[in-house]
Amino acid sequence: MSIHLYNIGKHFGATRALEPINLDIHEGELVGLLGPSGSGKTTLLRIIAGLENADRAREPGKILFGKCDVTNVHVRDRRIGFVFQHYALFRHMTVYDNVAFGLTVMPRKRRPSSSGIRSRVFRLLEMVKLEHLANRYPAQLSGGQQQRVSLARALAVEPDVLLLDEPFGALDAKVRQELRRWLRHLHDELNFTSVFVTHDQEEALELSDRVVVMSDGRIEQIDSPETLYRVPKNRFVFEFLGDVNHLEGRVQDGVLTCGDARLNVDLPNGHEELLLRPHEVRLAEAPSIESHLPVTITAISPVGAEVRVELQADWLAKPWLATVRHADFERLALCRGLRLYAHPRQWHRFKDKNSTAEIAARAA
Amino acid sequence: MRRIGDAPAVRRVLIGAAVVLSALFLLLPLVAIFAQAFSQGVGVFWGNVSNTYTLHAIALTLGVALFTIPICLVFGVALAWLVTRFSFPGRRLLQTLIDIPFAVSPVVAGLIYLLLYGRNGWVGTWLDSYDIQLMFAWPGILMVTVFVTCPFVARELIPLMQAQGSREEEAAVTLGARGWTLFRRVTLPNIRWALLYGVILTNARAVGEFGAVSVVSGAIRGKTNTLPLHLEQLYQDYNTVGAFASASLLALIALLTLAAKASLEWRASRREAFI
Repeated sequence: MSIHLYNIGKHFGATRALEPINLDIHEGELVGLLGPSGSGKTTLLRIIAGLENADRAREPGKILFGKCDVTNVHVRDRRIGFVFQHYALFRHMTVYDNVAFGLTVMPRKRRPSSSGIRSRVFRLLEMVKLEHLANRYPAQLSGGQQQRVSLARALAVEPDVLLLDEPFGALDAKVRQELRRWLRHLHDELNFTSVFVTHDQEEALELSDRVVVMSDGRIEQIDSPETLYRVPKNRFVFEFLGDVNHLEGRVQDGVLTCGDARLNVDLPNGHEELLLRPHEVRLAEAPSIESHLPVTITAISPVGAEVRVELQADWLAKPWLATVRHADFERLALCRGLRLYAHPRQWHRFKDKNSTAEIAARAA
Repeated sequence: MRRIGDAPAVRRVLIGAAVVLSALFLLLPLVAIFAQAFSQGVGVFWGNVSNTYTLHAIALTLGVALFTIPICLVFGVALAWLVTRFSFPGRRLLQTLIDIPFAVSPVVAGLIYLLLYGRNGWVGTWLDSYDIQLMFAWPGILMVTVFVTCPFVARELIPLMQAQGSREEEAAVTLGARGWTLFRRVTLPNIRWALLYGVILTNARAVGEFGAVSVVSGAIRGKTNTLPLHLEQLYQDYNTVGAFASASLLALIALLTLAAKASLEWRASRREAFI
């Protein structure tokens, strides 16, 4: 079931939570709503679900599921599954009763027989690998198990659309990773349309077919994770999608200077700010004709396949972050207090807040 | 290692003080009531209790409590639901207004009702033209009792429902549950202990209410005399044993109520321990 939003806005009292926005989600797509807290992503999700009403503006907004206008359809008739941030399991019911709830409250005509309910609930519990815990109460389960119960409960009524609010927010890193993969597989297998909210860019990029980046009640960009990462539409998107190093200074005759640091750039004279991702910083023992950026290592942390190195210098307001491969780490014999030179592999520049990036690659 | 404040001397002094105080102020009066009631033997006690007027007072008191409880229950649940599940202008004011019956002296409450609904009162004059009498009759007693006891259920529910939030109800709605099903299967199980506790408090107060009822009842023996009023009359008539016999009945109702509450709490804690 595809989802189309036209001119959907929301105010809470005098505060604007959502600017009037348009959004199209295709059938079978897994879309992530990504943004910092207060960006309106949860409000948007709740409006899609029908738990919140959009503003009744002069030009009223419209929500379509497929070709069906559901703007004024009550949440219980929208055929959605909603997974809440803290699961919202019925604490006085067993796991079995939680999952069966949606089936048992169906109107008598549509309700399956009790044996039908039983077999469907156990099929779902099997799918989330919890059939052995059917008689437990939610408080007896771990966070990850509760999350799986709440997914099974939402899927029991066979919704057309699955909506998830920060589904993995309260779980530890490892369980999170596992559940993410599991959800991705489930989505591919059952092929419903899903929208989920997250503030974790890694989660959004890993899980989504397309990501909607939001800030301050606006949609900043809607794109596939690759495009988003490679061609961010504006500075906010660029900065939100990963760690960013800043280099600020004056450009005079093609040379950007900042304290005792300098970098050859092909830019007109004036004040400039360049942005670099940690993997775009190369470390070497000597400066080059192109760049002279002396830095000191202040912290080293090996994280997975790479080593994260924190760099400090007089000319830097905020320390830089560089990621180094383990081979380079050993070759350069990096240690705290070591003085080195940073070389940008490439850098990004945004003329103003809303312009797209200008990327300059260097031979580094 | 010993925890802070857990020195044996401190512990002994505190426990001793607690025991002495509760014996002096709680246990002793309770024993005294029963001792006085039975001071001239079971026969006299029984004579006092089975007296027509006493029996009528018991019936009236229990009858008023029987009507008060469901009224307060519905009112309390509706009010708690309104205050915790919706936001509207005046919500905070309403939450404060709930406490008025607690803040106002019951005698004042009785007087206000008398002024409003009495034969010469604003509403009373109009009602009188239809030959409806509220004051100095059981409806008046019921009205002031409801006024005095109505905050108990709401007061028990509001903090609990606020803490629980509406997420479970929202989840139930997304799964297709409708009004009554939603309340019966999701809301009610979550608030039932607080609800029962509120009912117990309401009952205790409804049975024991003196001030407000004494103003509006007129205390006509065999007609509008509730048990506390009856007790007071007997005492004024120097019938000490009779007064204490009635007092022992009230104390008995109180003890039963407390026992009910304790057993509820015990069951609730056992249930939680199980979960």
